[in-house]
Parts: sequence; C-alpha cells; structure tokens
Amino acid sequence: MGKYFRKKVLVYLITFVLAITINWMIPRAMPGNPIQIMLSRITVTPDTKAKMQTYYKELFGLDKPWIIQYLNYWKSIFTGNLGRSISFGLRPVGDILSNAVIFDFLLMFPALLLSFIFGNKLGAVSGVNKRVDNILMPVFYFLTSAPYFWFAVILSFIFGMQLNIFPLGGAYGQFVLPGFSLHFILDFLYHWFLPFMSLFAIMLGQWAIGMRNMIIYEMGTNYSRFMEAMGSRRGLIRRYAYRNGILPQVTGLGIRLGQFIGGALATEIVFQYPGLGYILFRAIIDQDYFLLQGIFLFIILLMLVANFTVDIIYMFLDPRVRVSFSGGSQ
Amino acid sequence: MPEKILEVKQLKIYYRTLQGFVKAVDGISFAMERGQIVGLAGESGCGKTTFCNGLILRKKPMQYMGGKALLLGHDLMSANKAEMRKLRYTNISLIPQSAMDSFSPTKKIKTLVSDLVRQHHIEADSDFFRKVKERFAQVNLTPDVLDSYPIELSGGMKQRVLMVIATMMNPDLLVADEISSALDVTSQRFVCKLLVDFLRKKFVGSVLFITHDLSILYQIAAKIIIMYAGHLVEVAPTKDIIHAPKHPYTKALITSLPRIGVRFKDHKLRGIGGVPPKLLEIGPGCRFRFRCPFADEICEQKTPPVENINREHSIMCHHWKKIDRNEHEHSTKR
Amino acid sequence: MRSGKEISAYLKNHPNLYFTVHNKKVVLGLSMFLFFALLALLGTLLTPYNYSDIAGGSALPPNAKHILGTTQLGEDVFSQVIYGLRATFITGLIAGGLATLIGISVGFLAGYYGGSLLDEGLMMITNIMLVIPIIAVLVIISAYLRHLSVFIQALIIGSYNWPWVARAVRAQTLAIKNNPYVNLSHISSIPISRIIREDIAFNMFSYIFMAFILQFSGSVLAAATLDFIGVGPTQGISLGLIMRFAILAGAILHGYWWWMIIPGLILTLLIVSLYLINTGLDEVFNPRLREL
Repeated sequence: MGKYFRKKVLVYLITFVLAITINWMIPRAMPGNPIQIMLSRITVTPDTKAKMQTYYKELFGLDKPWIIQYLNYWKSIFTGNLGRSISFGLRPVGDILSNAVIFDFLLMFPALLLSFIFGNKLGAVSGVNKRVDNILMPVFYFLTSAPYFWFAVILSFIFGMQLNIFPLGGAYGQFVLPGFSLHFILDFLYHWFLPFMSLFAIMLGQWAIGMRNMIIYEMGTNYSRFMEAMGSRRGLIRRYAYRNGILPQVTGLGIRLGQFIGGALATEIVFQYPGLGYILFRAIIDQDYFLLQGIFLFIILLMLVANFTVDIIYMFLDPRVRVSFSGGSQ
Repeated sequence: MPEKILEVKQLKIYYRTLQGFVKAVDGISFAMERGQIVGLAGESGCGKTTFCNGLILRKKPMQYMGGKALLLGHDLMSANKAEMRKLRYTNISLIPQSAMDSFSPTKKIKTLVSDLVRQHHIEADSDFFRKVKERFAQVNLTPDVLDSYPIELSGGMKQRVLMVIATMMNPDLLVADEISSALDVTSQRFVCKLLVDFLRKKFVGSVLFITHDLSILYQIAAKIIIMYAGHLVEVAPTKDIIHAPKHPYTKALITSLPRIGVRFKDHKLRGIGGVPPKLLEIGPGCRFRFRCPFADEICEQKTPPVENINREHSIMCHHWKKIDRNEHEHSTKR
Repeated sequence: MRSGKEISAYLKNHPNLYFTVHNKKVVLGLSMFLFFALLALLGTLLTPYNYSDIAGGSALPPNAKHILGTTQLGEDVFSQVIYGLRATFITGLIAGGLATLIGISVGFLAGYYGGSLLDEGLMMITNIMLVIPIIAVLVIISAYLRHLSVFIQALIIGSYNWPWVARAVRAQTLAIKNNPYVNLSHISSIPISRIIREDIAFNMFSYIFMAFILQFSGSVLAAATLDFIGVGPTQGISLGLIMRFAILAGAILHGYWWWMIIPGLILTLLIVSLYLINTGLDEVFNPRLREL
C-alpha cells in the first residue's frame, strides 16, 4: 500500500506545484507589463481602471524580486485570494469558482457513478448474450463517438425546444431562491436532468463497450476454463469474470477523467448550467485573466481529487495491490 | 473383476480450421479400471492435451468427430450440457497444466472452493471446510491458505491447492495434465506420491496421468499408453513397455532415456531424428513412417490396424512381428 | 491478373489478411472513412463558396441552392462543413501522428531501459501529463496567445496526447524484452533485427496502427470540444467552430437545427467509422473476439 500510494501522491504533488508555477509564470513570461495588457482589454470607466491598477499592482507585486513574488503567490493561493473577476462585477475569483464547483460536482459525480454502474452491467450482459449484443452495440458505438456537447444540443433541442418538457438553461428558475427548500431542490433537478442525461448516456456507451470486451476476454482465460471443467454454470463464471473485468474499467475511469471533464464543461455551456464550464465560456469571451487562471487551477484540482479517489477505489478492488505490501507471499 | 471406469472406443476429435481439419485425436481406444493409474505418454503435439481436454470440455475449434468415451457407462461425447455439468467434478475431474493462472486473482481460495461445490448442490458449511483442511494437511498446506488470495501463494502451493480442489468431490476418474512437467525432481516425487496416496485412500477412483516423462510413469503407472500424432501406437502394462517394447517409436523412446550410472563415452544418448508430421488433413499411412528406420511402402499406403499381441498389449505397426524376430535373432546370436 | 481462386487461396493461407478483408466492421468503417476523406479533399469542387462568403439569405433551412442551409450571417453551411472537415482531418493526422510518434519513442525507451532511472523519470512525466487535463492547458495557452491556427492547435494536442500511447508501448516493449525470442537471439546467431522483422514487427505494427487510429479520433474529438468552448483556433474554420458560432447565435432557441446538428452528426459519423475500423482490427488480431 505504501509504495502504491507514494508514487501516486508524488505525481499529484508535482502536478499541483507545476500548475501553480505555470499559473504564476505565464503572465510574467509574456512580453510587456501584464497589468497593462489586462487592463487594455477591458472597457470600464477611467476611475475603475485606476482602482484596478493599484489593486493589481499590489497583488502582482511586480517591484519585488522574483522569488518573493513566487512565494507571495503561494501565500495568496492558500489564503484563497485568486484575484477578482472583471466579467462578474469584480467578485473574488475564489468565491465564484467555489460556488461553480459545487454545481459541477452535483452534475459530474452522479453522471460518472451511475453511468459506470449501469454501463458495466449492460456491457456484461452484452458480452454473453448475442441478441442483446447485436442490438445494443451499434447504439453504444454511436454514443461513444458523439461529442458530449453535440449530444447535449440534440437533447436540448428535442426535449427542450420541440417537446418543451425540460428547461433550456440555468440550474434553477429565475424566480427561485437557492436554499434547501423542497421547491428549490425539485426545480434544480428539473434543470439538472438534461445535462445529466447527456453526460450519462455517452459515458454509458463507453463503459458498456469496455466491459463487453473484458467479459469476452475473461471468459476465455484459464481460470474460467477450469471452473467450467469443474462443472460450474455460466452465471457463476460470468460473475468471476465481471469481478476481474471491473479492474481495468476502474483504471480506464482514471484515464478518461480528463476527457470527461472537458466534455462536461462543454455540456454546461449548452445548458448554461452555472458550473466551471459556463464560467469559462464567459471568461474567454471577456478575456478575464484572473478568472481564467483560477479556472485553470480549479480544473487541475478537480482532476487531482478525482484521480486520487479512483486510485483509492482501485486499491480496495484489487487484492494484488493490497497484498503486495503487507507481508507478501510465503 | 475391477470395475471399468473409462472405455474409449475409436474416439476422433479434430480441430476445425480455415484450411481443413487438424486430425489431432484420430481413432484411439483403451480402457481404465478402478484403482489404476494409467499413464498417457507422448511428445508435444501428439494430441494428449487435446484428448484430455476433449473428454471434459470441448470448445471451438475442437470438434467431436466420432467414437465413444464411456465414463461409468455415460458417453461423454453425446451427453448434453446438463448431464456433462453433473458429471464434471463429481465423476471426472481435471488438474490442469498451469496452476499459475487457474485461479481468479480477485477471489479468495475458500470462496472459490465453496462456489465450485455449491454448483453441485453441496453445502459449504463448517463440516465441509473441516474436510478441506484435513486434505490440505495431507499435502502440507496450512489452513490459512483458505483465507488467502492466489497472489499470496507460491507456485508450488497453488499446485497443491489445485490438487486438493480437483479431488474434493472424490471423482471416479482424475485426469492429471502434465502436472509434474514444470517441477524439479523432488517436487515431482512429492506430487507422484500424493497421487498414489489419494488413490489408496480412495479420494480418487483412478488416475489418467498425462506426461512426456516415461521415468515417472515407470514408478507409478500400472499401464502405459503411448500416443503419437493422434494415434495410440502401443498400449501395454508398464513393465512390458519399459522392458520389452514392440513398437519402433516406443523402443526409440526407451533407448533415449538416460540410465543411471551410464557415462556418455560408454553409451551415447540417442534422440529420435525428425519431427512429428503436420496433422492438417493428413492422409492414410503410419504416421511414424517419416522417422521409422523400418518403414516401407506398406507403411506409406495403409494405416496400420490395431493388433492385440495379448489381452493386455495392443500395437499399431505393420512390421512389429518382423522387427521382434530380428531382434530375437540378434540377441540369441550374441 | 490473379484469378479469384488464387486470391482466395492466398487469403486462406494468411488468416489475418483473410479476416481483415472479410470483417464487416472494417469494411464498413473503412468505406465511411474514405467517403469523408474524399469529401474533405475534393469537396470544395462541389461548392462555389468559401466558408466565410456571404452566400445567401440569413438562416435558411436546407434547400436546393444550399443543401445544408445557411448560417445567420448567410454563409453556406455545406461549404463550411467541407472546409471544417479539412481542418478536422489535418488535426487528426498531425495530432494523432505526433502523439503516436512521441508515445512510441518514449514508451520504447522506457520499456527498453525498464527499471532504470530513465524509465522511472519518463513514467513520472507520463503520469503527470495524464493528470493534467488538456482543457486546462489550452485555457492557459489561449488566454495569452493572440493567434492560434488549426495547425498549432494540432501540434499542441499531439504533444499532449501521447502519454496513453507511451504507457501501452512501454508495456509491449517490456513484454518483448522478456520474450523468449530475444533470448533466442542471444544464444543463437540469428541477428535480433531479423527476429524483430519477422516475429515481432507484425504484432507491433498492428498495435501501433490501432493506437494511431485511436489517437486520430481522440484528437479530433478533443479539438472539437476545445473549439466549441472557445479555446480553439482564432482563424479558419473547423467543425467545432461551426457549432460554437451556432450556439453563440442562439441556434437552439431559434431552431436552426441544420447549422448546429448536422456538422456534429458528420463529426460523429467520422469517429464512428474510425471506431469500427479499430474494433474490427481488434477482432482480427484477437481471435477470441472473432466468430468462426
């Protein structure tokens, strides 16, 4: 266990430090004064501009030696000071993004979890049943090849526009106040459903195809043959195969996280769902540097947390990982 | 009269490929009685693995082509799925060649054992596991092996676990597929002693021991079957095979065995030149003729029929009588 | 000219080739892919318009003059799709090719010197890159880069997507290194290059080819998503960009389905074709997935 985690944690730490360093370095590596570059892009009153200039000058600390600037940046990260956003009324970036991340989590986590569970189950059935296989696989091929956001548009178009069942945007209605009231939760779910569905459907296909192939592979292994030679029914063998096949699927989950997050962000844009994706969309249009840098950090953090969670889950599932470090074989 | 456990009659099992049939098991016949260890010997690719797999589990591209294999009267070749499932493990069992990956890495040993026996409606309760632990003790395994994952066990341990699991239901016929081939001599001896022990204690009714090592069979087998290129070229009691072989292939096998105490400069070790023929759509004729010093046109045109030298000894060779007579003359001349 | 019988006999003696040609998925996928490739290459002959020309009225649904309709600005969607397809193919080839090349090099080095410091170092880099999502990288880059062309974007994607290939190639290299063939070369006089050529190369080649196909489709999808979000090229057109402009113009609300949905459909079908080829080849090389 120790060795397994040590390597992973090292990778995550290095990534985190790298991300922060890049974030700090890039504006300073660009030619010209970063503050001037930023300010030249926005149109506000000269008064506001002057205020912003002073604020940023302090924040950037351009007159101090580089190493102090770097350390200050780390300090500001840990105090949650990520600057202010120009496209969201000068609200602190940290605030905006923390709120957004909650919506992201509410969207991504169930989509990931449920699609994983159902996708693998469907894939297992597909692996042993020819009829189901022939019907489902073409559908899954199609889903797996579709871009997340495009599928989101289709759902939005059909169920939102044409059939008018679901709303087209936002996470909750205009006149609804966020809180833990039932009214809010229902309204939220109503808005949440289509973006969730589009993520869920596409991922479902990916897992199903993967597990189908794994099941076929596992049922041809020597242990499967042995069990069959010992008179076991297919159902039992399939259960064993499933238990082994889920391992590379979990690994695959870790690898696909990046693609998934990208797709989720794009989906949010389609539905104007107030997660990081939608914020990103606005930030790009407005060239809001601090916000963009903050989003960069948050995306990386999201990935690190997600990857770490997957690693822990894998450790519990694969006895070979667990066992190699507690005594080992006799 | 000891009970006949296995009767194989003219069994044919081929492999279906794009280019035709590979005639891997082409009309073999023999029988086994309760209490016997019968050795099936032959070089790699002679069809012995095809045969033992074919008895228990036939999967594409393996295809049953004809003949019978009667296990206590049930024909293994014509049994339907449900019948076969019942026979497997309870009446006929197999110790596969590779212990390494015969286990699922994510299941503990005890889970595997209880799942396997439950498929045959045996309750895997504490009583049952007591018996399992007793058997483990017989093969020098500690009870905590049950709680282990396969990754925690060494190769030798896995081999022994496999032996116990395969015999847990006291099958009438145990097929041991080259279980000693990957072991060192000491372990080989241990495994063979175990088999003899299991037989004596009636954990198994009879054993079909598949190997390419005649020296092992000499020590534990009552009868030896020599297989070559899909045919049983000679079947006889062990002492006859070892001391008085009649088929040219068997003779060559025996002489190629190193003898204890003999030095190279006294007596060169002779192998058998050539390789076995390819079995894809192979035609008639003796399949050993390409490497046989006595082969002639008859051997090329006609497949030798199975002749009975006596009740216990059968052979597939056109010229065995002539060869035998020549040798007799040579030895009496000296 | 070989007779039908001779060809069929030749195929039966080379089972891999036989299965490839007879595999429904490969045939279907390849046909679809070639169709799109031809469209991208020669499609401009079918249309008089450039992708940014004002060709007709605003937001017209598909009609005789504009078979895929027009955008809100009056550009011909069909022309846009053709040029967009071109960009997509360029991205796929460059990014996919680059990723495969880097991946093979890194993977082979790491595998060949397996266990050494070089291996550990390379794997550390690989793992770090696997954790950083490409979207983050492009967010930062596009924030500060004034101009981004399709070509540069492809280079960025390609130099980013290789870790997956590297890992896979490393595993294969390690397996080959410990393969009896290699040891055979050491004890016999057969030069290792001949062993590589005759035994290993075919397996590796098929593997690498399939990896390239996956990289191609992965890069194309990534580019489309990035373009859509807004961190894509600042000039030119791509399928993702078409959809971005459509969304910005409120295509959903106004019901401009031809503008928004059809480019995506074409992209999806392209990816499907690649997926079919890959799965089909997988069946050819993995007999278990095959049916006899």
